[in-house]
Amino acid sequence: MKVSYYPGCTLKTKAKHLEDSALASLAALGVDVRELPRWNCCGAVHSLADDDLIHHVAPVRDLVRAMDEGSDRLVTLCSMCYNSLARANLLMRNDEVKRKTINDFMTEENDYHGEVEVEHLITFLRDTLGWDNLRAKLKAPLTGMKIASYYGCTLVRPKDVAIEPASGRVINEFVEALGARAVDFGASTVCCGSYQVLAHPDSVTEVVGRIIQSATDAGADALILSCPLCEYNLVKNQEELLQKQKIARRLPVFYFSQLLAMALGLGPESYRPDMNDAASVEFLKSKNFPVGSTAIRP
Amino acid sequence: MSAPKQVATGDRAILPKGARTIPIFVMGKRYDVPETLTIMKAMEFAGFKFLRGAGCRGGICGACPTVYRKEGDYKLYFGLACQTVVEPNMFLAQIPFYPANRAQYDIETIEPLADVVHSLYPELFRCVACNNCTKACPMHVEVLDYVSAIKQGDLARAAKLSFDCIQCGMCASRCMGELPQYHIAQLVRRLFGKYIQPRAQHLQKRVGEIESGKYDAMLSGLEKMNHAELEKLYKEREREPDMVPLGTWMPKDVSHL
Repeated sequence: MKVSYYPGCTLKTKAKHLEDSALASLAALGVDVRELPRWNCCGAVHSLADDDLIHHVAPVRDLVRAMDEGSDRLVTLCSMCYNSLARANLLMRNDEVKRKTINDFMTEENDYHGEVEVEHLITFLRDTLGWDNLRAKLKAPLTGMKIASYYGCTLVRPKDVAIEPASGRVINEFVEALGARAVDFGASTVCCGSYQVLAHPDSVTEVVGRIIQSATDAGADALILSCPLCEYNLVKNQEELLQKQKIARRLPVFYFSQLLAMALGLGPESYRPDMNDAASVEFLKSKNFPVGSTAIRP
Repeated sequence: MSAPKQVATGDRAILPKGARTIPIFVMGKRYDVPETLTIMKAMEFAGFKFLRGAGCRGGICGACPTVYRKEGDYKLYFGLACQTVVEPNMFLAQIPFYPANRAQYDIETIEPLADVVHSLYPELFRCVACNNCTKACPMHVEVLDYVSAIKQGDLARAAKLSFDCIQCGMCASRCMGELPQYHIAQLVRRLFGKYIQPRAQHLQKRVGEIESGKYDAMLSGLEKMNHAELEKLYKEREREPDMVPLGTWMPKDVSHL
């Protein structure tokens, strides 16, 4: 089995803490994944229009790159990239007519028929390493922490690309493997508002308030996610919500991979708290995790 | 058959009898031109006179991009008129200029950050990875790869990938996201050259020596010499032997070093 890693643009800029913590953890776990030497944007949003095939070209080109590397699997960390790549993959497997049109358009690339399997790191860890093996490698289990797993939309919808269609609890299993307590909360799959933050910021603030309060009410100390856009919305709106008394307190927000790196006993240069907001950094300090340099985000 | 010998000059070359010509189509009109010429020379043979759209004639200035099709072939081809040899039944159009939005910035005050490039050129994120830019590049630059590198914030990689760009604008002409790729790449190379690329220490040292006047006496000495003295100095100059292994030769006079 050869595995390629697809980072996605945001992981190289605004979400370095998602990538750095994941790669440092995989190195510590001895899992070999290599970044694709060439890749482009995943397409970001899967186009649903029937006659809009051009927007599938970007993810399909990435899948071709993985195939050309001789990889069976393409592992992603970002929920949105996962969703976009996985849906384009299904299209190329299942729709013969569109597959031919896209392959014919991309004359400069090898034809693609869905040869590569797109996978999110969480399920990849479960299936290749296993929770028990992960547990055995922890140096600083997150005992006592109560963690809300925020799935958002793109890991679980639509059903045919959901990372865990059967239970929908795979991130909770991950949290428990790290030694923390997984907190169930009603809003774990409520949309964060996504790109509506541009056109309708007030609606996004409102829905973020519901998500944060739902996790807080369920007793969570912190919330984890795997999408930079969810992270942006869930972090950015909290101060305003707090001032308007729509939430009781600020809830620390981390990428799932940051908790993984912490539980593996890696240092702050791996889990990058310098890219988190102040409330999240304070939480780490209260749990005696080194935070390195001070937080830069309000 | 060898290339036809030119027998007269003037507004238009006259070919010897029996010289082999091939048909090309410029903006839809047929011209019979000698084979083996470049597109640029063939068009001049046909009577076109370039006021714009011709510069260095050496494949570097980017002034003479040409788009063409071949008979019976659906594909678009791109080349520099001064570098591409005519083929029979080429259908040609010159595109010496293509409009593309260019951002205003002061290179002295901006920072070499992805955010800076992204906010000067937000249209970067309209890229759909169709790769038409790469297909249109007469210099075979991997345009999509450098656009992707810029989106990923890797300015150094983008600067290196776009190094062969000659700013002809064919990428922009074919872009469905309406990106001005070549202007964005130029900004990135400027940032790379000014802020990211390591400085050449030996160059700074030499500039310092020149500015401190180390070579002034030598230069004024040369200025005072007459023609015969200069010629003698030149002929008797010490010269590094050909093929000498690197780092093994030193001149007898090291006072200039």
